[in-house]
Amino acid sequence: MTYAQNLRCRECSRDYPLAALHVCEFCFGPLEVAYDDDGIRAAVSREAIASRPANLWRYREFLPCDADSAINIGAGFTPLIHAKNLGKALGLPNLYIKNDTANPTWSFKDRVVAVASSRARELGYEKLACASTGNLANSVSAHAAAAGMEAVVVIPNDLEAGKVLGSSIYSPTLVKVAGNYDAVNRLCAELAGSRNWAFVNVNVRPYYAEGSKTLGFEVAEQLGWRAPDHCVVPIASGSLFVKIRKGLNEFAKAGLIDTPHTRMSGAQATGCSPVATAWAEGNMNFRPQRPDTIAKSLAIGNPADGYYSLVQLKDTNGACASVSDDEIVAGMKLLAETEGIFAETAGGVTIASVKQLAASGRIDPDELVVAFVTGAGFKTAEAVVDHLGPALEIDATVESFEAAYGEREGVPA
Amino acid sequence: MAVQRLRFTFPTDLIKEPVIYLIGQQFEVITNIRMADVDESTGWVILELEGDADEIARSVAWAESRGVRVDPITGDVIEG
Repeated sequence: MTYAQNLRCRECSRDYPLAALHVCEFCFGPLEVAYDDDGIRAAVSREAIASRPANLWRYREFLPCDADSAINIGAGFTPLIHAKNLGKALGLPNLYIKNDTANPTWSFKDRVVAVASSRARELGYEKLACASTGNLANSVSAHAAAAGMEAVVVIPNDLEAGKVLGSSIYSPTLVKVAGNYDAVNRLCAELAGSRNWAFVNVNVRPYYAEGSKTLGFEVAEQLGWRAPDHCVVPIASGSLFVKIRKGLNEFAKAGLIDTPHTRMSGAQATGCSPVATAWAEGNMNFRPQRPDTIAKSLAIGNPADGYYSLVQLKDTNGACASVSDDEIVAGMKLLAETEGIFAETAGGVTIASVKQLAASGRIDPDELVVAFVTGAGFKTAEAVVDHLGPALEIDATVESFEAAYGEREGVPA
Repeated sequence: MAVQRLRFTFPTDLIKEPVIYLIGQQFEVITNIRMADVDESTGWVILELEGDADEIARSVAWAESRGVRVDPITGDVIEG
């Protein structure tokens, strides 16, 4: 049972059937899933949701496929942590971390792929495909394996080893493409248009994007059925950034929380910052960029939801930070050293952005802030491996240990 | 025959050049402008290009060689 009624163009509001469509044939606006809001409101309650298993299908009324037959590898309901140590370091006593590294393939992409793959199977597709710089490929490969579907994942040929391995283990058809970023991107767009496959973020994108809403639902539930005052979210395509707020608004519409007044702020790497750059220039039209950053999971130079991200920044009195590669590494280390969370480079972007926004006064110290950490650090070990302290190398004697332990640089014995 | 929908972004120094006209002249490709926003300093056009796939690819490569940025209309297809 789903309350999804049709797809609707975000620009001109034309309706389309719940098929594998993603752009409006008339105005090329993006299509979104529209729901029977009254039906959802009548069907849901806090108690019913809280009684369900701890995964994203507990929000089944708000999702566009039948939860009973969904492909469920346990995505969602990841920890929300009151980050007291990090908050102290940044002057934000009410800072929380939404730790989405705890998903089955260690990134938030499991949310979007869970929904996209489930809907693709409902629509009769047997092949699941994507073009990815890593996390998405990992998740598509895993979900296809669990569902008995064939996976075809297309990746650039210069990815981090951890991200390649994270797909290979599930035995998809793994396609490594040589070529510059734009060429790879256009090849993939052409493949998506010419094959009868479910490309999770292309022809079934409207369903895929719905998975991101569950981050908004979870944060509200985990905070005791309330919206945060301020969210800091990494921006790649911009879909996650926009959909977290959509989730909060849908919860309010269903009567589960009060009307949110959440400020939404974005985080980008300076080496791929089309939204942050446009925001800094006061421009609502971003210019596409060629990415050059260690944060490859955010390396989207021409973001599909870039314009809507800028609108949301403006509508919610948000801000958008951009941080250097050095700041990204420092952000990864700061998060690990203060909260015990090893995030990938995108997490470093988020934490460095929180630091930047707090230092410049764009986050109020009194606000309840949630920072979204979207992927695990072992996938991008290359980014930090040369920035870590050495181990103590000793012989197997107490004397050797004491000598080395006592000589640690700057640390009292 | 193939059809591709692409977004052309023009830098300032190309604003006055008839790039789309020249594509139609130099290649066996039908150009169909579906949306556009062009002013004195910058501009983008969403085009449908119809023709043989190789000919479309050649026309796109030519446009890029002139300095036009060419992207899928949905934005980047590759995601993190």
